[in-house]
Amino acid sequence: MFTQVNGTGNAAVVVEDIRKAYGDLKAVDGVSLSVTEGEFFGILGPNGAGKTTTLEIIEGLRQPDSGSVRLLGESPWPRRVSLLPRIGVQLQSSSFFEKLTAREQLETFASLYGVNAVRANEMLELVGLADKADTREDKLSGGQRQRLSIACALVHDPDVVFLDEPTAALDPQARRNLWDVLRAIQARGKTIVYTTHYLDEAEILCDRVAIMDKGRILAMDRPAALVRGLDAPTHVILELGSLSVSDATALPAAEDVTEDELSLTITTRRPADTLSALADRGALSGLQVRTATLEDVFLDLTGREYRA
Amino acid sequence: MTAFRSLSLAMLKGFYRDKATLFFTFVFPLMFLIVFGLLFRDAGTDKITIGAVGEGPVVTALGETGILDLEHFDTLDEAVAKVSDGDLPAVVAQNGNEVVLRFAASDQTQAGTVRGIVVGVVDKLNLIVTNQPLRYQLDVSNVEDASLKPIQYITPGIMSWGVATTAVFGAALTLVSWRKKQVLRRIRLAPIHASTVLSSRVVVTIGVAIVQAVIFLGIGALPVFGLQLVGTWALAIPVFFLGVLAFFAIGMLVGAFCKTEEAATGAANIVVLPMAFLSGTFFPIDQAPPWMQSISNAFPLRHMNDGIMDFLVRDQGASALVVPCLVLAGFTIVVGGIAAKVFQWEDS
Ligand SMILES: Nc1ncnc2c1ncn2[C@@H]1O[C@H](COP(=O)(O)OP(=O)(O)O)[C@@H](O)[C@H]1O
Ligand SMILES: [Mg+2]
Repeated sequence: MFTQVNGTGNAAVVVEDIRKAYGDLKAVDGVSLSVTEGEFFGILGPNGAGKTTTLEIIEGLRQPDSGSVRLLGESPWPRRVSLLPRIGVQLQSSSFFEKLTAREQLETFASLYGVNAVRANEMLELVGLADKADTREDKLSGGQRQRLSIACALVHDPDVVFLDEPTAALDPQARRNLWDVLRAIQARGKTIVYTTHYLDEAEILCDRVAIMDKGRILAMDRPAALVRGLDAPTHVILELGSLSVSDATALPAAEDVTEDELSLTITTRRPADTLSALADRGALSGLQVRTATLEDVFLDLTGREYRA
Repeated sequence: MTAFRSLSLAMLKGFYRDKATLFFTFVFPLMFLIVFGLLFRDAGTDKITIGAVGEGPVVTALGETGILDLEHFDTLDEAVAKVSDGDLPAVVAQNGNEVVLRFAASDQTQAGTVRGIVVGVVDKLNLIVTNQPLRYQLDVSNVEDASLKPIQYITPGIMSWGVATTAVFGAALTLVSWRKKQVLRRIRLAPIHASTVLSSRVVVTIGVAIVQAVIFLGIGALPVFGLQLVGTWALAIPVFFLGVLAFFAIGMLVGAFCKTEEAATGAANIVVLPMAFLSGTFFPIDQAPPWMQSISNAFPLRHMNDGIMDFLVRDQGASALVVPCLVLAGFTIVVGGIAAKVFQWEDS
């Protein structure tokens, strides 16, 4: 499958060396990044990495101590009203009007932007909440709240969408549903900047990611490029007994072979060669292939296991 | 729909979909109104009951004064025994031309009143018998409006208190909960001005206050309570609205300082409750000790109460608008200004 970095080439967001300290704590410590129009950009990192602070500085909700931000060619701080209709923001914790139904929330936000209230129904459709239109905000499930929150960020049809941990604290099914929503938004040509502490998710969704830790960006690229750059070996795992250790060691490109009670693991940097040799022998029972992930990238960059 | 209208609507729905808020806005003050209204319905018009023995023009005339109720006894001894026991303040007996008054000295005031009435009646009857023309003419009438009854005091007091409480709580809790739930930050990301948020909250507060006033006055006007809007009552309207604004400003200040709904509720109570007790909501302020009256002059609720009663009860002219309106407007501007200064869109 061929994936291509989306975008027209124009920068939607350009951030240069922004810093923000709370007392002694450097929440954001020299972050630079740029996001192209139409791109799905992910800021990843464990809790406390500085993702939210970075995002809120870009949105114009916080003033950086130093550094500069251009959002659609303009500086978002101090509050620039002309910019606001062009950006859509989902804050980290959902912000709803008390006692209003899903549709009423959307209608209210629509009117804040002078948008026709009929957009509300369209948005409910988009995020799959049409059947919850008349349910009050506090009666929605976690996943439904997140989807409503995203719909509220999109109701005025902004060019750039900022989503702060939209999939946090959701069960796997709700996360998958939300991924479909995010892909649908991207298909509408929006630029998406989103944060997550799920590295696996970012790998699947994002055109490009920035891995953040302790206020700094450690690496920034397409997920596949980051993983490839790691030069990490692939693990080919077979059912125990399908191949002896010595036979496995003799396979082309096999670097290391280990065996435990359940399986035999072959480490290789040229999985294509190893796998075709295995196929020739018909020794593919219970085959699993583990390639490196962004978690390995994180481990490589920080020297510690990734823990969200 | 404009941002102003939809924000007002959102606030209004948040208001009327909350049962507890509805209770404290309408039912709770009404309970006070009804209890006080019934309790004091006959206050001030209480008649004094005295014993009466025998028949005659004096006993008949006493019964017709409208001030005394007569309880008839067969013998004077029996009636005097009642007076000695403290059950009756006095007894009048008429036997032909002889009129006897026996009273209990334990209650000097009541004894004096009864004595004055009986002496007056006896003198008047004596005068009629002598057929003398009257030399001194006495012109008697009461100073206040004829409709002056406790309900005329109670209704404006409870109304001001109820409206003030709702204005403070509404403004404070909207601000705190919207800040806490990040709604304010989210609104700040929309291309609207802070004044739109503010003015929609003011409009909702005023709207709710009008509904409260109509309900309280409507209940007060029921025949059981008998409230009457008299004379210059319409002049109370500007005082009413300025009062609502003053308490709205106090609510904004409370909301600007408090981080949680619980803190805001506590702070609002601390501000409003003492004011209610010291400003004539639960008892007429004229009967309070002087020090309390001077303290209460610092409270906007006192001026709102006073201003409204001036017209609703005391039938004052437009010049009585000046003091309450100036005080309330000043309060609104100063407190509102401080609130705007300390206001924050988000918890730091
Ligand atoms: N308003 C604030 N005051 C003090 N410290 C803050 C504030 N906001 C964030 N921080 C701190 O800055 C760091 C980065 O926070 P944040 O940007 O929220 O990280 P993330 O979104 O990646 O979890 C954290 O250690 C957090 O505790
Ligand atoms: Mg965060």
